[in-house]
Amino acid sequence: MLEVEGLTVKAGDRIILEEISLTIAPGEVHILLGPNGSGKSTLLRAIMGMGDQEIVAGKIIYNGEEITRLTVDERARLGLGIAVQHSPVLPEVRLRDLAGLLAERYGTSWRSPAQALNCEHLLDRSLNEHFSGGESKRAELLQLMIQNPRLLLVDEPESGVDLENIALVGEALNTLLKGEKIKDRAKSGLIITHTGYILNYINADRGYVLINGRLVCEGNPRDLFEVINKRGFEGCLDCATCKRI
Amino acid sequence: MRNLQTHLRELRERAEEALTRPAAFGPDFDPALFLKEEAGAVEAGEDLSRRMREAMLLSGFDPEERNRAGSFMQQNDDVLYEEVGRAYKGQVEIMAIEKALEKYDWLWDYWWQAVPVDADKYTAYAALYEKGGYFIRILPGAQVELPIQSCLLQSENESSQRVHNIIIAEEGSRAEIISGCTTIPQVVTGMHLGISEFFIKKGAFLSFTMIHNWAESFHVRPRSVAILEENATFINNYLLLKPVRSLQSNPRAILQGKGAKTRFNSIIYGQEDSVLDLGSVLELRAENTRGEAVSRAAADGRSRIMMRGKLVASSNTAQARLECKGILLSPNTAMAAIPELEVIGAPRADLSHEASVGPISREAVEYLMARGLTEEEAASLLIQGFMKVGITGLPEILEKAVDEMTETISLGGL
Repeated sequence: MLEVEGLTVKAGDRIILEEISLTIAPGEVHILLGPNGSGKSTLLRAIMGMGDQEIVAGKIIYNGEEITRLTVDERARLGLGIAVQHSPVLPEVRLRDLAGLLAERYGTSWRSPAQALNCEHLLDRSLNEHFSGGESKRAELLQLMIQNPRLLLVDEPESGVDLENIALVGEALNTLLKGEKIKDRAKSGLIITHTGYILNYINADRGYVLINGRLVCEGNPRDLFEVINKRGFEGCLDCATCKRI
Repeated sequence: MRNLQTHLRELRERAEEALTRPAAFGPDFDPALFLKEEAGAVEAGEDLSRRMREAMLLSGFDPEERNRAGSFMQQNDDVLYEEVGRAYKGQVEIMAIEKALEKYDWLWDYWWQAVPVDADKYTAYAALYEKGGYFIRILPGAQVELPIQSCLLQSENESSQRVHNIIIAEEGSRAEIISGCTTIPQVVTGMHLGISEFFIKKGAFLSFTMIHNWAESFHVRPRSVAILEENATFINNYLLLKPVRSLQSNPRAILQGKGAKTRFNSIIYGQEDSVLDLGSVLELRAENTRGEAVSRAAADGRSRIMMRGKLVASSNTAQARLECKGILLSPNTAMAAIPELEVIGAPRADLSHEASVGPISREAVEYLMARGLTEEEAASLLIQGFMKVGITGLPEILEKAVDEMTETISLGGL
């Protein structure tokens, strides 16, 4: 479903990501781990086509089509969707108006996911204005439920969310990723997590560790977490448990 | 009025002294340029009435008078129509100002009482070359559910209108007026001077919506003052839809009765080479008066927009807020927001302001694009919301006009 080949990304004069390669097969969910500032969010945004960074080498292929130079909306319409770590405040846009517009665009309904995500009281408010962390995440998940992307990019779903909301967010992500049962239409995901709580709700197939803009190892996500919990991210650099990249 | 002739002579003398006095704000021009006897004719023919009709609709005037309590229509200097709907006879009076001054001696007591005749050269020219305008009076206690509409149409090129309107909402009455000022597409240049004096009596409610729809080389100088008595409410909505050469206006509301309330909403879309200097002044003179002035401006093309706002409180229990927000849609525009707060001998008055000028948020556009909206759709959604958020009680007609206007906006060079 997604192939990232030798992706090198620059912001200004600084290289943020260097020769990143990874492949996510249909139906697979991969986890991206790494210390703050390692480039995780930049990688997700580069795949989605967001931000000011410049792709200086490599390519991004989605379902066999190179999308490296496509605009954000073109990628969204192909089936990519993103939940960013910090949603911007849009005082100009009511959640109800955006949900309605997206439902019309994608031919889906917004009422039942709004109910499931406990978002109904947010509908007539400006998007993310004075929302709590959990409310912002739920409002964003509502948009994604309507958009129904085939490849879901999620940046730290636990960030700013209390334990009660983590369950709700985790279950919603699981619903989003389950998709239809027909194998060739299965959905995939790439999720950044710091805490690993989200692994209680999602069956992740593979994990990566990104340090200083380079993928340094990959393996079973739970094994990776165990190493990181014991020895920190530095431990990934000389660990034999996982596959060094 | 005891000695009308003396009063009129004094007004004339004051106007003559002000004939060369520039306005406090906005670009200066010579109104005499547009006082020619022979205005530039536009192509007549069968299309003219259709175009006039379209222009009227654009300015909120429904020629079919559906859901309207009454109508006033003036084309150039000629009053074409003045009518009160059958259901509202005895509740509303609508007539040409000249006719009203003939009918009611007492109306002279209101003539140039709110707007100073010698404020600047534009009030002076309006006074000395006055032609037309309307008198609308809502009678005591009348509750007029449907809007009253007026249209001031200019259909001749290089021409001018110098109109004087007096609007009186008598005690305990309630009404809404939609007033459109417009040109037909063939008109390129001209001048509009409009004097509007509002008198909102005790406990009355008046909502006044003005829609401006001018031509790209037009100069417009409206001069409006509203005087509010005890517990009166005045809502003033203003919408500028089309390019104009220069437009300067700074309407004033004087809340002189206790408990009076006012709200000014302005939605301004600056396009092409428009030079716009728009503001409002709310004077809260009595106890428990409340005021709010909210402006939203979008600057496109090479437009220049000055957003002003001034709150003046002279009562300790007065409260008012001012909000001027602007977005820049093109790299060639200029915009300034100038909020002013003034307290006179009322240290406990509560005045506040908020102002911002900046581009549309790139992050917000991108966020919406990540949901599959094109850049134009995302920008349109944001601008549409920007123009309306914080502005409450907009008539449906304005909501629709803003939606249509923002559908065509793109981010251009930004």
